[in-house]
Amino acid sequence: MLDIIREYDVIGAFWITIQLTLYAAVGSLLIGTIVAILRVSPVKIFSWAGVAYVNIVRNTPLTLLVFFMFFCLYQLLGWHISPLSARSSTHAFQWGVVGLSFYHASFVAEALRSGINTVPVGQAEAARAIGLGFGQSLRDVILPQAFRGAIAPLGNTMIALTKNTTVVSTIGVAEASYAMKNAIEFSPNVLYVIFFIMALGFVILTLPMGVLFTHFSRKLAVQR
Amino acid sequence: MSEQAVLFDIPGPKAERRNTVIGIMGALVIVGLLGVIVYGLRDQLTPAMWAPFLSADTWRYYVYPGVFMTLQAAIVSVVLASLLGLILGMGRLSHNKVIGWASAIFVEFFRSVPVLMMMLFAFYVFMFTFRLPGGLLPIVGVVVGLTLYNSCVMAELIRSGVHSLPKGQREAGLAIGLSPSQTLRSVLLPQAVTAMLPSLVSQLVVILKDTALGYLITYPDLVRAMQNLSAVKGNLVTSFLVAAVIFILMNYSLTSLARWLERKLAGRRSGPAAVALTDLAIDPDPDEDMYADSELYADPAEYTRGKRPLH
Repeated sequence: MLDIIREYDVIGAFWITIQLTLYAAVGSLLIGTIVAILRVSPVKIFSWAGVAYVNIVRNTPLTLLVFFMFFCLYQLLGWHISPLSARSSTHAFQWGVVGLSFYHASFVAEALRSGINTVPVGQAEAARAIGLGFGQSLRDVILPQAFRGAIAPLGNTMIALTKNTTVVSTIGVAEASYAMKNAIEFSPNVLYVIFFIMALGFVILTLPMGVLFTHFSRKLAVQR
Repeated sequence: MSEQAVLFDIPGPKAERRNTVIGIMGALVIVGLLGVIVYGLRDQLTPAMWAPFLSADTWRYYVYPGVFMTLQAAIVSVVLASLLGLILGMGRLSHNKVIGWASAIFVEFFRSVPVLMMMLFAFYVFMFTFRLPGGLLPIVGVVVGLTLYNSCVMAELIRSGVHSLPKGQREAGLAIGLSPSQTLRSVLLPQAVTAMLPSLVSQLVVILKDTALGYLITYPDLVRAMQNLSAVKGNLVTSFLVAAVIFILMNYSLTSLARWLERKLAGRRSGPAAVALTDLAIDPDPDEDMYADSELYADPAEYTRGKRPLH
């Protein structure tokens, strides 16, 4: 088992998976928060834009979204985050992160919306009653509680994100599933061992995440 | 809560005007961003690039087969996953410790592994171990991968559905002399399965989207069909857009069906279980929610005891 891990650089592949997860988690949290704010904003056009974003992105397969980002925005439009001289694997990685961020942002937005729903109506009414505007009451009263109420669904999104990073292997990012495919094609006789190692890697990544998020969702839940 | 009405005061004439101005400026920014992309891709969006979609052959040889393949994999998987999920769910609820543990380990393991990896694994297992003919490999890989993952999801749905039923249901079943397994089969499961119908439909959305992962094991689903089309006609952008629109239409109608079912069932049942379970299923997303096993979502009864408001 150790030979396989060493020979196919399993650790390196999982390190890419972890990096994809972390960057995309930050990206999707940022975009998702903006979308959630748009959805609840008093300006009609913004709330329509928020609803449209969630409905469009959530119903599109991630594969298609990642393809669109990579082939259309990067290869056809030539948009790039690193200088064009960077290695092609760097570009694939970065566009993979962008695709994952935009896709999971729709789930983050939904999680936050359900978090906003856990905040009692009285909180928003009290905020308005003391004269806070929409932005102020959202920033100082509603969102801090909404985030704490949304930890469980946000955790689920993060776990799903970890597993969905495998999708960017379709544009050639050498993460865990890419390494697995590679390893199986070179040594099909140890197919089961390879799958077991790779699957175990994901169990090790996601199980503690679930435990941690459950713990925090209880610990940080607003007592009512 | 209709958050729209609570988070801000009903705008007066002045605020109304300000909102309109902000709205128009925001709309300009959004349109501008989309415009940059459309302008950049203008060579790819010319009428000539849309022209293939006007010919019947494109639909006959690329679009319809793609949609058919996607639906085929999704439907076969959802049927198999429901059956396996029912078995696993009953296994987890079983009083036999060995069966309970075995089902729990199976569910927890396959829930943690990405679908794509299971597809790849199934693909190679059937290639190297069972020596299946090459033509069958992609569909078998896709169906096995989707079935394994989604059966675990359904097992969890059934478990949380049964757990969220009022205690009296089980007690009544035992009191009239049914054995625990009879109670499960004739009293608890029928109620749990009815209540989880909406989430079952929402799960179809996830499965439909995940068939696109079959791309990597050369399953000729809609995404691959459209890419083949673009390889012939050179219209990558329009092909992707058409594929996206088809996916969005299919999934959006399924989501609407799930919402309709949810409302229908919520009206029919008076017990708190229906509300808690469907809440679990629709919001925020069926895929992500599956991790919300009963612990994660705390006690569903909390919703009804008034600890958590049920907006």
